[in-house]
Amino acid sequence: MAFTFAAFCYMLALLLTAALIFFAIWHIIAFDELKTDYKNPIDQCNTLNPTVDRVKKIKRVRLALKLVLPEYLIHVFFCVMFLCATEWLTLGLNMPLLAYHIWRYMSRPVMSGPGLYDPTTIMNADILAYCQKEGWCKLAFYLLSFFYYLYGMIYVLVSS
Amino acid sequence: FSLYVILHSSTTTGSASPVPNSYESVEGGGYSGTSLQASLRHLHPYSQPFPSLSELSSALGGLGGVSELEAETLRPVNLLQERNILPPKHAPPPEPNLSNDLRKVNCSPDTFRCTLTNIPQTQALLNKARLPLGLLLHPFRDLTQLPVITSNTIVRCRSCRTYINPFVSFLDQRRWKCNLCYRVNDVPDEFMYNPVTRSYGEPHKRPEVQNSTVEFIASSDYMLRPPQPAVYLFVLDVSHNAVESGYLNVFCQSLLDNLEKLPGDTRTRIGFVTFDSTVHFYNLQEGLSQPQMLLVSDIDDVFIPTHDNLLVNLKESKELVKDLLNALPGMFTHTRETQSALGPALQAAYKLMCPTGGRVSVFQTQLPTLGAGLLQSREDPNLRSSTKNVQHLGPATDFYKKLALDCSGQQIGVDLFLLSSQYSDLASLACVSKYSAGSVFYYPSFHHVHNTAQSQKFQKDLQRYLTRKIGFEAVMRIRCTKGLSIHTFHGNFFVRSTDLLSLANVNPDSGFAVQMSIEESLADTSLACFQAALLYTSSKGKRRIRVHTLCLPVVSQLSEVFAGADIQAITCLLANMAIDRSISSSLSDARDALVNAVVDCLTAYRANGSNIQPSGLITPAALRLFPLYVLALLKQKALRTGTSTRLDERVFSMCELKSQPLLQIMRMAHPDLYRIDNMTEQAALHLNDSVIPQPPLLQLTAEKLTREGAFLMDCGSVMFLWVGKCCNETFIRDVLGYPNYASLPSNMTEIPELQTMYSERTRAFISWLLESRTFHPAFHVIKDDTSAKTSFFQHLVEDRTESAFSYYEFLLHIQQQMSK
Repeated sequence: MAFTFAAFCYMLALLLTAALIFFAIWHIIAFDELKTDYKNPIDQCNTLNPTVDRVKKIKRVRLALKLVLPEYLIHVFFCVMFLCATEWLTLGLNMPLLAYHIWRYMSRPVMSGPGLYDPTTIMNADILAYCQKEGWCKLAFYLLSFFYYLYGMIYVLVSS
Repeated sequence: FSLYVILHSSTTTGSASPVPNSYESVEGGGYSGTSLQASLRHLHPYSQPFPSLSELSSALGGLGGVSELEAETLRPVNLLQERNILPPKHAPPPEPNLSNDLRKVNCSPDTFRCTLTNIPQTQALLNKARLPLGLLLHPFRDLTQLPVITSNTIVRCRSCRTYINPFVSFLDQRRWKCNLCYRVNDVPDEFMYNPVTRSYGEPHKRPEVQNSTVEFIASSDYMLRPPQPAVYLFVLDVSHNAVESGYLNVFCQSLLDNLEKLPGDTRTRIGFVTFDSTVHFYNLQEGLSQPQMLLVSDIDDVFIPTHDNLLVNLKESKELVKDLLNALPGMFTHTRETQSALGPALQAAYKLMCPTGGRVSVFQTQLPTLGAGLLQSREDPNLRSSTKNVQHLGPATDFYKKLALDCSGQQIGVDLFLLSSQYSDLASLACVSKYSAGSVFYYPSFHHVHNTAQSQKFQKDLQRYLTRKIGFEAVMRIRCTKGLSIHTFHGNFFVRSTDLLSLANVNPDSGFAVQMSIEESLADTSLACFQAALLYTSSKGKRRIRVHTLCLPVVSQLSEVFAGADIQAITCLLANMAIDRSISSSLSDARDALVNAVVDCLTAYRANGSNIQPSGLITPAALRLFPLYVLALLKQKALRTGTSTRLDERVFSMCELKSQPLLQIMRMAHPDLYRIDNMTEQAALHLNDSVIPQPPLLQLTAEKLTREGAFLMDCGSVMFLWVGKCCNETFIRDVLGYPNYASLPSNMTEIPELQTMYSERTRAFISWLLESRTFHPAFHVIKDDTSAKTSFFQHLVEDRTESAFSYYEFLLHIQQQMSK
């Protein structure tokens, strides 16, 4: 069993994918909470309480901003790593996601800071539904790529 | 259809330019010679001479038990052959098909209107009809009669929190069933007693259950903090440009005149901030001999110079405020500052108002060039008439949007008055009002001497603006029957949760629109209800809840969905959707989407009728004005291409379409045209000892104009009186006060009060038109040979221009798209 650079890449990718799965789950939870705010009927004061709800929501949007960039940067990082390790198949599988991330970031609403989500339009049902679907798809993709890297790592370790 | 052809044989069907005189003779002036279609309608639809009509009605499939009302709205109309589709008077909004007692208590259509008065049962049925489903609301409208409920308990459903309304059902005397979520609730004991009739045991006779628009007095459960006082802050631009335009004089005079009438009580507070390249505050402490100006020149980090006395109690410091207003125009006459630091001034205003909330009125006359939020000039004058995409419809920076969100969180509403003559990037500046529930006012080319029409309009608008009712720290929630859900909101507010709207200020002149979808089938209910509840603090510091409830029937047949279509509401909702699309994607996409909306709807109608002749463009009578209104929207300043339109005016037109109430939008899009030089007393209204003539509405085409007449066009925010070259001199003399046509000045902006019969009649008619309106329009008298007539002629939407279709060509275009 030789510990090559490729094996090291796969190991690192495995750990980082765990982090990405965590981000995807956080993303799903954040949007689900945004969406179901109105299904909280009985507590009068809470539904009429602007400060707490609003801060929660804006904070959640800021969390989204905080977790969008790290996710993209981590993904770019291990694409670069696979490029260096000349693992073309893995790189090819990650290319579509990279292109999607770049497109998503380019077409974000006008903003002074980095970020993707605009608090004024995010409550639009179509945008909300799109973000939720995006969250689930990414979770599925990261989960599959986790197992793929696991397999890849073992293959590289064993076959050299 | 042979019937229609015979009656129209005098016209050339299928040509784009029919002979004008034949229409005038049919028209005849006055009520009697109106369109042939109207005269046909007066006859009973099932009477003997028109056997083909009932055959057609039954051919529309499954209309066995259709009511007379429905048969009328479903009557097929061939748009290519009907020349006069505009009814002579505005048609009332369609009445929902409910039982009489429900109809009597249903919400007024001026407050709450739905695009489809018959709600489809399932989303599939709605998709088949290809019409948008949505509501148009005007919840804080000025009302003459408003029942106010003073009881201590406000009865609400336990699960969905709906307020009790006329459409709930009482199971027995002690329990009621919610009409939105179907939960059974108990009637509290206090509710069993009816204070109005002093009787016990009849909860259904209480005023909450007898009226669909009520106002509750809210208890302290509905307050997060003690109700705020009315706080007004005025932020004024005093750069050289601003002083040149002269708006300061008009503003100060107007505020002085209306100082007593500002809504509020003894706690009302007022403050002033002026800015050019620095920000100036005014210490108005009671006891000072004159107002003291404090200047902050560090605009990168604006701070408030003193803790209090910048926002002072109006009653206590009234003399000082008056002194300041008298001195303000004179203080800056010799200013040489040309920069404008709007961003820092707004940040200062935010810091001042943070503790209490209230209303900030910002007056700006140029592009902000200094400090945070500075903007560049983005408009390219050469691209004003471009037929391709229009750029820069969205904001350039999110500074104003973020500021608006911060303000909204502190219950501060920001209203913007833009009085500039050059490009000022209204697309970015308007964001500060859009998300903080404020209003935007725009006076292009404002100048107190060179443009007296704008100056007068500004003064009149200010009077309404300063004295109108206002609500502070408001939230609004719209609830619908289980199965329906709201997915998009249009208007000036911040959407805080999926159905909760946060409005820092609410005023009686803004309208809202929402789009709905049908999530679950409504098959087991026969009535769908909608409730809008607005919780606000009145200017006197009282917490109130205004509740409106609307009830509509649910239908399962496609023909009934078409029969209940409300074409004006559909047009307004489509306008809102088109504007959203033009900002998020592109203007040409929005225009195509509007045309496709008509094509899809008419195709759906044709696919569901059977055995109707394929030639011609058939619509049900309820939708016959649909292509006309969509064409009028496409020629609006907001959405038109090919005609030179300044970017700021286009953006302002978009803001208006998204925030005005329905009637105002319809007047903007499709103005009313009347001939007023030959009004008669036939069919006139007699109100309060005055006789108000009722001339018929004319179609917006130059065919209807004649050189011998004078025509009034009512466009909502502006009115034009066009005088033909050969107009009879009695009219010019008796109404306008000039001996003949040649002596009319080219910039007349009002009708003099003369004691002649013609003058009284004309003025009575015009004041009747203005009666239901809150903002008075600017008035222009236009002669036929001046250059100002282009502003009149661009509103004639049925005519062809070099870049747009005429009405007939548009119909042919639709027909061609339908056959693809």
